[in-house]
Amino acid sequence: MNFRTNVWTPFTTLVIKEFNRFIRIWVQTVLPPGITMALYFAIFGKLIGERIGEMDGYAYIDFIVPGLILMAVITNSYANVVSSFYQAKFGRFIEEILVSPVPNWVILAGYVGGGVARGMVVGVLVTIVAMFFTDLQVHNYLVTLLVFFLTSVLFSLGGFINAVYARNFDDIAIVPTFVLTPLTYLGGIFYSIQLLPDFWQMASLANPILYMINAFRYGLIGISDINIAWAFVIILFFIAVLASFSMRLLNKGIGLRS
Amino acid sequence: MPALKITNLRKTYARGPEALKGIDLTVESGDFFALLGPNGAGKSTAIGIICSLVNKSDGKVEVFGHDLDTDLLGVKRHIGLVPQEFNFNQFEPVIEILINQAGYYGIERSDAAQRAEKRLRQLNLWEKRNTIARNLSGGMKRRLLIARSLVHDPKLLILDEPTAGVDIEIRMSMWEFLRKINEEGTTIILTTHYLEEAENLCRNIAIIDNGIIIENSSIDVLLERLQQEIFVLDIDVAVSEAPTIEDYSVTLRNAQSLQVTVDKACGLTRLFCSLAEQNIEVLSLRNKQNRLEQLFLEMTRESRHPVEESEG
Repeated sequence: MNFRTNVWTPFTTLVIKEFNRFIRIWVQTVLPPGITMALYFAIFGKLIGERIGEMDGYAYIDFIVPGLILMAVITNSYANVVSSFYQAKFGRFIEEILVSPVPNWVILAGYVGGGVARGMVVGVLVTIVAMFFTDLQVHNYLVTLLVFFLTSVLFSLGGFINAVYARNFDDIAIVPTFVLTPLTYLGGIFYSIQLLPDFWQMASLANPILYMINAFRYGLIGISDINIAWAFVIILFFIAVLASFSMRLLNKGIGLRS
Repeated sequence: MPALKITNLRKTYARGPEALKGIDLTVESGDFFALLGPNGAGKSTAIGIICSLVNKSDGKVEVFGHDLDTDLLGVKRHIGLVPQEFNFNQFEPVIEILINQAGYYGIERSDAAQRAEKRLRQLNLWEKRNTIARNLSGGMKRRLLIARSLVHDPKLLILDEPTAGVDIEIRMSMWEFLRKINEEGTTIILTTHYLEEAENLCRNIAIIDNGIIIENSSIDVLLERLQQEIFVLDIDVAVSEAPTIEDYSVTLRNAQSLQVTVDKACGLTRLFCSLAEQNIEVLSLRNKQNRLEQLFLEMTRESRHPVEESEG
């Protein structure tokens, strides 16, 4: 198998196409999270945060910045793949790819690559915005970048599965609204789970986003409610599960071939 | 080696009808082949299976010796598809659509840009290369589909009603272009509802109806089967009733136009002589219906309503 012809060129084509797509509509894709997060930093971080005081020994704004950055990465990675892949299905231009000799795993990797690209662009933008409100330090670059990347991959895969099953535009909004946003808010962005009663601490541990936010917070400021190794195990486990499931959907042609 | 070989191809849609009931079809390399049939006959299903957009229920498909079941990517590499519908991203610039399509076939961007330019120039779309696709006219969108399908130089080009809705001038230029690429070696399979198009372009033909192939032969052989032709004659004098001519069925269309049904065995010479004897001069003559169209209608009608044997 010629790697360059069969894998690399189709993969980079898909990623470039996706990158061009979300940059072309940057007012809808890149700008809003920048503005939303600036409001979060100003209101929750500065105005209210200064009255809250410290959380786990850190200024409140320093405590919430990692979670807010990761929240932007999660929602944008997910949104990019779910909307792009669904639109390709809806407009039938997914057929451009389906008739081409692109292996299914490259199709998946290409769309995930697009989701990661948007997650990265938005994540960097939000990080720059955060620097206007606090003096951001990085405790561990490797952990920070790995969590940043793997979380983006994971939620891009989630967006892909959502898009495969979606039959109308409502279907691509249901999961982000009713599943992703609540889990993200309850994933310890604004608080340490040490503040919760025992039962709710245990319940919080069932939320995978908690592990990602804490691992990312560890990477940036060096504190976490959970074990970092466990966080990586859980992220990698979910990536493996969702990637396998996505491949199964593609190989069977569910939602794509009659 | 045939460009396409289909054996016992079947498709039953979930909770739906049996769209293909075991069709066999061979298209030789270099052919210009027409796949005709009424709406819902199974043409698009067959094309969908060949291009792996539809899962088959049973049967075998080979493209230039590559088996769809065992070498899917090999099959895909040889095919270019022009679908019925505009299935490109309407918000992308024209040139991007072609460059991306080439990329899916493993062609790198610099090479892809050159190929895109070549195809866009051939199809008179180069000036529109930076236009967002949704702003193109219908005819331009059809040509964009053809340009996109050719950007990786496929050996087998499948066109599913490529000239639907385009004006006659563009249709003619598309015919000319398709003839040219066929002469250059590309095998072409065409489905169309314009039977004049099939008669003009194609050498061989299959007619599919109700999921089965009811005819598969060369166009010339098929047209030889036509036993009768209906002609329209414009005449120089106004007549109030149709002239009576032995062995010909003549009806009056209007005062200066006749419709004549001519058996193949009778020919036209005696018709002209008889009209001349009645002081009627023929100014012009044309087929009332395209010849292939006439045969097509007869065949599909027979396929749907076979002549019942009567007990006598």
